[in-house]
Amino acid sequence: MDAITLTNISKTYNKGSVLAVDDISFNVAKGEVFGLIGPDGAGKSTIFRLLTTLLIADKGSATVAGHDVVKDFQTIRKLVGYMPGRFSLYGDLSVEENLNFFATVFNTRLEENYDLIKDIYVQLEPFKTRRAGKLSGGMKQKLALCCALIHKPEVLFLDEPTTGVDVVSRKEFWEMLSRLKKVGITILVSTSYMDEATRCDRIGLILSGKLLSINTPEATVKAYPEKLYGVKADKMYALLNDLRAYQGTLSCYTFGEHLHLSFKSSEQEVMSYMQSKKHLNIEMKPITPTVEDCFIRLLNNQNDRNSN
Amino acid sequence: MTETVISTKKLTKRFGDFVAVDEITFDVQKGEIFGFLGANGAGKTTAMRMLCGLSIPSSGEATVAGFDVFREPEEIKKNIGYMSQRFSLYDDLSVMENIEFYAGIYGLSDKEIAEKSKELIDKLGLQKEAKKLVASLPLGWKQKLSFSVAIVHQPKIVFLDEPTGGVDPSMRRQFWDLIYDAAEKGITIFVTTHYLDEAEYCNRVSIMVDGRIDALDSPSNLRKKFGVDTMDEVFYKLARKAKRSAD
Repeated sequence: MDAITLTNISKTYNKGSVLAVDDISFNVAKGEVFGLIGPDGAGKSTIFRLLTTLLIADKGSATVAGHDVVKDFQTIRKLVGYMPGRFSLYGDLSVEENLNFFATVFNTRLEENYDLIKDIYVQLEPFKTRRAGKLSGGMKQKLALCCALIHKPEVLFLDEPTTGVDVVSRKEFWEMLSRLKKVGITILVSTSYMDEATRCDRIGLILSGKLLSINTPEATVKAYPEKLYGVKADKMYALLNDLRAYQGTLSCYTFGEHLHLSFKSSEQEVMSYMQSKKHLNIEMKPITPTVEDCFIRLLNNQNDRNSN
Repeated sequence: MTETVISTKKLTKRFGDFVAVDEITFDVQKGEIFGFLGANGAGKTTAMRMLCGLSIPSSGEATVAGFDVFREPEEIKKNIGYMSQRFSLYDDLSVMENIEFYAGIYGLSDKEIAEKSKELIDKLGLQKEAKKLVASLPLGWKQKLSFSVAIVHQPKIVFLDEPTGGVDPSMRRQFWDLIYDAAEKGITIFVTTHYLDEAEYCNRVSIMVDGRIDALDSPSNLRKKFGVDTMDEVFYKLARKAKRSAD
């Protein structure tokens, strides 16, 4: 049985004038980590709210843990954990008070499912008397995850849990998610960090309320249609502007220390062009695209369509 | 000739027994894009607040845009731009009103405000949105507008505190185009980020660990020094040594 199903779900806001989710269907298998990858305003949070029964869809149907999100909303609320994008704990309550509050709401105690949250809780313990509002970003996020797990949910919804969190904490966070997956918890997670996409079993790329592709991260990358090159030279900003102006260029953008470039002319022609622009120490080599490249390609195509 | 726009010597901030910023010493040159990295809780925000004239240091020295952080914090505020991720624009004002408001705060004349507003709206391609409330803009657009507003008075330096958090990859790159453009015009950029690919776009980066600056160099030199291929790995090697828990 699938842990989450969405069938032709649509949702509008402002009396139908804003289409937030446009006829979306997908399933998430039990125990799967499914990533929703998309920019701000793509409709990710709306999907989270529909599935956690906080909003009702205009059209379509959805189930969570086998229950209908409209008819069985009360059952679902007991079975899911939800970490909203915005910090939603009580800032004026201490770490410990927040945990006890959420435990009470779900009719349980911290000790009941301690195994599940132990790894996170030991990191929070030194701060247990501190007000939640006074915690750093990384600690707030750990507390929020603890609160979402306190009743041992079957399905966990994490809406951009790592935005604004540093690399070290993000790595730790994903290690925690792997452990939760091992005990069979299904996870739907959204993120704007493309490197995190590779840690999901499958990812859905979402844009303007539409799902553009659903696949494993490996297959998403394999489907990249053009040959992609990493290019660098001494003056990177000048190189970027020159390559963007080059008529043979399909796309060119910065990517860490390199530019990522795809083109319709030959390798030789591009090389001569860069030399004609007096660039020094030019390096150019074919590379394997990342999920971020795939996503940028989709975004650029979309923007081209909008401007035409 | 290079001109130093930020200079600190053993700059320190203590809160009681806690040393949030521990004797940091560095210089930033005019027109430089300077990446100020560190884990959550490493002391970046505290250091940045001192440099913006918002927090008086406990000890050490620092000048920003030629003004002393102890004696001339008000002068500093007039000569810098600041953009934070959390608060930057008024949601209930329109795009145009926000620009006019900030330009007015920074003391531009009515004539300059009118010119600047038009120039900015055109540059950002926001003609259709000029009269719409900022609340209705997507996050990426807000951040671009917010950056443009932060440099509306042509400051010597602009401080950017995680300007691209949560913004999509394509928009993040458009944002960096604006940064490059400003740097070319001689505005010094002081930027924090958690996206380490963005560290590569800086001329030099510093990495803070437990209140100290543990590394400061160009991205390529740092990669060489640590014998790794990406800034991600450089950061990870340094930051995981942190004794201070993320607070």
